[in-house]
Amino acid sequence: MEKKLTKSDFFWTFIRSNFAQGSWNMERMQALGFCFGVIPIIKRLYTGDERKQALKRHLEFYNTHPFVTAPIIGVVAAMEEQRANGKDISDGVINGLKVGMMGPLAGVGDPIFWGTARPITASLGASFALGGSLFGPILFFVLFNLIRLLVRWYGIKYGYEKGTDVISDVAGNKLQKITEGASILGLFVMGALVNKWTSMNVPVVVSTITKQDGTVAVTTVQTILDQLMPGLLPLLLTFLCIKLMKNKVNPIWIIFGLFAVGILGYWTGILGM
Amino acid sequence: MVLSGAQLIAIFIVSAIAGMGSVLDEFQTHRPLIACTLTGLILGDMTTGIIIGGTLEMIALGWMNIGAAMAPDSALASTISTILVIAGHQSIGAGIAIAMPLAAAGQVLTILCRTLTVFFQHRADAFAREGNLRGIDLCHLGALVIQALRVAVPTLLVAMYIGTGAVQTLLDAIPPVITGGLQIAGGFIVVVGYAMVINMMQANYLMPFFFLGFVIAAFTKFNLVAFGVIGLVLAIVYIQLNPKYNKTAVAAPAASSAGGKDDDLDDDLDD
Repeated sequence: MEKKLTKSDFFWTFIRSNFAQGSWNMERMQALGFCFGVIPIIKRLYTGDERKQALKRHLEFYNTHPFVTAPIIGVVAAMEEQRANGKDISDGVINGLKVGMMGPLAGVGDPIFWGTARPITASLGASFALGGSLFGPILFFVLFNLIRLLVRWYGIKYGYEKGTDVISDVAGNKLQKITEGASILGLFVMGALVNKWTSMNVPVVVSTITKQDGTVAVTTVQTILDQLMPGLLPLLLTFLCIKLMKNKVNPIWIIFGLFAVGILGYWTGILGM
Repeated sequence: MVLSGAQLIAIFIVSAIAGMGSVLDEFQTHRPLIACTLTGLILGDMTTGIIIGGTLEMIALGWMNIGAAMAPDSALASTISTILVIAGHQSIGAGIAIAMPLAAAGQVLTILCRTLTVFFQHRADAFAREGNLRGIDLCHLGALVIQALRVAVPTLLVAMYIGTGAVQTLLDAIPPVITGGLQIAGGFIVVVGYAMVINMMQANYLMPFFFLGFVIAAFTKFNLVAFGVIGLVLAIVYIQLNPKYNKTAVAAPAASSAGGKDDDLDDDLDD
């Protein structure tokens, strides 16, 4: 009798894949998590020694962006189904496919989800939250998880239906287009955030002029900088941070460094509210 | 403020969920927006929790796990700093400042936990040899529980001792020059997160879009939704017009028409 994966197998694989990184470890990273995710598939297709072999096969080193693991699960489901029905697919082929896809897909998932989707939904939520509105956290939670769950659900489905054809999609320019588009959106919004959501004020007085009508015009360093380009100092600071990170400085040290700058600036009066 | 037994239990549960979120990175329960809000809710001042969450979220915007590199831990930073602000009567600025060393500590703790988890990985290998599916499930979920405790235990300890005089005196001993300075730093510390995002994209050739966003923000009062829409339009137009994606279909006619235009221009110039 031909073995066939059922709707409920896919449903439970989808549910389990939400916990893919639970056992992330320094040795094999998401290996156990991947195996945990595909257990409903293995359970349906294999018994006895074949099952043991399948479990072992999916405990090999594995690591990618957690959301784009979905199409890989889909392709693996399709291949395992064929193998269970007697087609000659070796362990090496299945593992080679996983390892071959995880790199390129992580390269797509990181800029799309960590670089664009999360910063944008989170900063949108934070803009409401800063005013104390509960709408902010809810908006972020619902929006981001909606995107994430849709990618997971349709990713598994897509991978299963297309099977190994997915590899040509990964290599083709469809994904490249999405990644590039997401990067543009992300960078554009980052530019806006650097300007809008930072505050840096140098209240050092350059000149105090009493005009003829008696009003006093105080010119500070900040007034001059703002006439040049509002937000110039945060922009320069951003590029300094990028430079430091390129030189492998841990971001948390940069944060501590900036705290020191803030305290020093406040103490000397160079930086103000 | 001394917390009640029910509050302590609720704090333990919420911080456990935040800890799991931190390793899973799926539901985002470890993000300040969520974790601070829930902690604030338990402590009876959700609005303050939401504001801390929003402030901390901006700082943590670029904190992400890439490959095998761990980000500073926003879960531990969120839960404990919210307790210090609401139950420890600190300013939000001071709470944010204390959150940073906590994020660093959380990062070290998660690396430790992820090393301990290697043990579960090997147990799972043994269960695989027996074909024991339930055993593999337990290994995976057991590792997740360790990550939950990583955040829940330190948070619970802070929550238990926050009401005692010693902690209060310690917090009140922070001089105003430090708290004032930290508040000022809070205004520009967010650039570290932005820099992390830009750095991760690794797309120097797309930086003009960053500068465009910067300049538009400098001279308009557009909100984030407007920036999102403009950014999306720019992205779509860029992809549509990019010759890299249109080679096969349009190459021939485009070349000839472009050549024609050049000739016209040359003629004009000759005249």
